[in-house]
Amino acid sequence: MPTPPLLRISNIDVFHGTFQALWNISLDIGQGEMLALIGANTSGKTTLLDTISGLLHPAAGTIEFGGVNITQLDPYRIVEQGITQVPEGRRIFPDMSVLDNLLIGSYCGTARQKRTQSLDSVYQHFPRLKERRKQVAKTLSGGEQQMLAIGRGLMADPKLMLIDEMSLGLAPIVIDELFRALRQIKERGITILFVEQNVRRTLKEADRAYILETGRVALSGTASELCEEERVKQAYFGVDVCGV
Amino acid sequence: MGILLGGLYALIALGLSMVFGVMRLINLAHGDLVVLGSYGGYALMTLLGIDPVVGLIISIPLMFLLGFAIQKYLMGRAFDISSEAPLIIAFGISLVIQNANQILWTPLSRALNTPYSSLSFAIGERRFPLIYLLDFCAGIVVMLALRHFLTHTYLGRAITAASQDKKAAQLMGINTKRVYGYAFAIAMVSAVIAGVFLGMTFPFTPTSGVSFLTIAFGTVIIGGLGSMLGTFLGGMILGLVQTLGGYFFGPASQMLIVYVIVLVILAIRPQGLFGR
Repeated sequence: MPTPPLLRISNIDVFHGTFQALWNISLDIGQGEMLALIGANTSGKTTLLDTISGLLHPAAGTIEFGGVNITQLDPYRIVEQGITQVPEGRRIFPDMSVLDNLLIGSYCGTARQKRTQSLDSVYQHFPRLKERRKQVAKTLSGGEQQMLAIGRGLMADPKLMLIDEMSLGLAPIVIDELFRALRQIKERGITILFVEQNVRRTLKEADRAYILETGRVALSGTASELCEEERVKQAYFGVDVCGV
Repeated sequence: MGILLGGLYALIALGLSMVFGVMRLINLAHGDLVVLGSYGGYALMTLLGIDPVVGLIISIPLMFLLGFAIQKYLMGRAFDISSEAPLIIAFGISLVIQNANQILWTPLSRALNTPYSSLSFAIGERRFPLIYLLDFCAGIVVMLALRHFLTHTYLGRAITAASQDKKAAQLMGINTKRVYGYAFAIAMVSAVIAGVFLGMTFPFTPTSGVSFLTIAFGTVIIGGLGSMLGTFLGGMILGLVQTLGGYFFGPASQMLIVYVIVLVILAIRPQGLFGR
């Protein structure tokens, strides 16, 4: 009997005002998976993450997390349930120190009691954050800010982390470092859903992926299955994304 | 003396600065809320014979609850309607308070006269009203208290975070609606403290709120929106400028000089000396 998915999204429609952004989306994430969401800018990736996080609510359909129906919950309740989002553009608190940014991450409920342990493990993943913990966040480099954003997400003691466009604007070396950290985080048992534009890298790191096109799921499958798909290659201008 | 007076201006302005910093709301009712605090002190003094500062023990919790309720039931919903709605609601609150005070207390000017509010002290050969010094001390205490709260407590840091990035704060598990409620409630408490000290320093009428709103506004613009220390220094600069201006150019031009300085700051550094 296969274990039920950690997160199950069933047939949701999401609107921005009168404009429909997501059409009949269904998606499953299993415990401990590293799942990727791939798609162009207008595909609705961020809308989907924001809906999971409770910033938006679906007009139809349900979202279940660990068996609990979280479809209409407020954002702070969703964090309490164990889902945190590392948003697009990092959105760290610019005028607060690194340490304060991290501590704010553990604001809610049980996370606050565990904050010393959480802080230690964040520093283990990202030693540079420990060095710069008194620094004002806006003075950090892009890569360091991304580390801070991920660290802040970890401080909430999540079961599921949603990461939106982590590699945007960062150098390949930095991206490598970040993915290394993600793998460590996955080893701790935290499930990760990440949204990326860099298709080749994404399919290398993810267990499974969903491809979104203008608000609908176009394809899904394991990374190797998708690599075979002609459409993936075509959609990204015929580049052999899984080539050696 | 201008510096001491500036302490009072800062005390009045701190609440305004905080509400703007956190919620991006210019609370038009702030001056009237301060005057409401003055009348509250007056009520306690005339009806119950309590010294206004001591009376704060009663007024502070009341104003805290009132502030929280205003945010939760009025302002919170107004934010959902549009970005102009809160301003209009604030204006409405201002009118309601002014008229309520007018009905309750008549347009006659009142003052909070305590045994110590007319004392003076000497520095060198000049004498200053003691109350100004008390105002200044109150200003410093409130400013430091607010600063400490915002930087060293979880709730204070949540308020600061929500003011820097609302979406990110929500993603941290911060209930922004409740946090805004606390911020507004705290601003109300600072308003009532300011009101009591104001009442002991100057006479006040139901319509005094407007002139003090203007002063608070000027203070916040000079010092920077959202910075407690900046607002305090802004108050002192304003107080200093006002008294110096009155000294050199005559009392009639006191406020004019202040407005000129405000305009200059807006032109050169719109975010204020310490603002973001």
